[in-house]
Amino acid sequence: MTRPDTDTLIETLTRELQPVGRLRAPAVRAAMWLGVVGGLGTLMAIFADTSALARRMAIAPDMWVSVVGSGLTAITACIAAFQLSLPDRNGRWALLPVPAALLWIVASGAGCLRTLAAGENGAIRHSLECLVFLVLVSAPLSAILIVMLRRGYALRPGLVAVMGGLAAAAAAALLLNFFHPFDAVATDLLVHTLAVGLILGINWAFGGRILNARR
Amino acid sequence: MLMAAAQGGDRTAYAALLKTCIPLISAVARRTGASMDCVDDVVQETLITLHGARHTYDPARSFVAWLSTLAQRRAVDVLRRQGRSHTREVHAPIAYENYASPEQSPEQRLEEQARRRLLHDAVASLSAAQKEAVRHLAIDEQSLNQAAAATSRSKGALKVNLHRALAALRTRLTGDGP
Repeated sequence: MTRPDTDTLIETLTRELQPVGRLRAPAVRAAMWLGVVGGLGTLMAIFADTSALARRMAIAPDMWVSVVGSGLTAITACIAAFQLSLPDRNGRWALLPVPAALLWIVASGAGCLRTLAAGENGAIRHSLECLVFLVLVSAPLSAILIVMLRRGYALRPGLVAVMGGLAAAAAAALLLNFFHPFDAVATDLLVHTLAVGLILGINWAFGGRILNARR
Repeated sequence: MLMAAAQGGDRTAYAALLKTCIPLISAVARRTGASMDCVDDVVQETLITLHGARHTYDPARSFVAWLSTLAQRRAVDVLRRQGRSHTREVHAPIAYENYASPEQSPEQRLEEQARRRLLHDAVASLSAAQKEAVRHLAIDEQSLNQAAAATSRSKGALKVNLHRALAALRTRLTGDGP
């Protein structure tokens, strides 16, 4: 394919120029998506057994660590995704959710070890329901996030989509606590890991392609 | 200032801005390691990116820093693409010239044509009976019986005609008599 010369290109771009609305700051856009998550959480709290959750939190305060870990992962991954959706931002923004994600993984693993030490078996309790919950809640959250991220101009669409997937998966795991107010057993942890991996994979494959279609 | 005006749809400001960007983009491309023949590609790709991403520019931030990052990313993309095509394509003119063609060289073709012409003339100088014997027995590789049936001649006559034809051809082509 032969390229037009630069002067012709400038003429074409100038002819095509239309006024554009400036994009809001990444933090503001992240807050909007987190507001959607908050709204969904409020709606779920109405139907959830919040007293069981409060009792479990009182007995095992370290569950808070896992809840805080997943919440912080959702917030930081969402901020990282919006930052990376801008073409001039540094790729190191992708490291922002790493500490929170580590906290989330370690706290969930610690809860799992405690249930093993307490002699609870690893039967598939609600694991499959959890998988379905995580995937079903993540899907619309991911979709909303991808639509919002498309307003940007990501030069690394795959990375942005993975950050979005991590934010959605962490938010879904946070909301799962309303219906799963106990420590994870080994099968739960395995299924949760599988669900998060699945969500990240789907986001990377499809979200990355959708974001790339803008380029 | 020009970029903020371009975001508002000011075409004159936009054309001026794009032209002003070219030296900066070229400098970034060269600093990133793009060769001279790639600089134009980087400039054009960066201008297209700038056009698509102009709504993401925040006038509170430095335009030069914003554009430099865009130019650097596009320069890296162009270098990667160039690197990929270099692994697939080889520029080796000397190797090409030294490559032995499986076809005959022009000289060989001319020699072959000359030989054929010579043989054709030699066969044309034979008598009709000798030509007939050569065609059936030597060229078509028929047996004596087949050739005799095809020409209505005796096998002896065919053998004699072939023998005389070969002797005449040898004399004509090599100059040696039997």
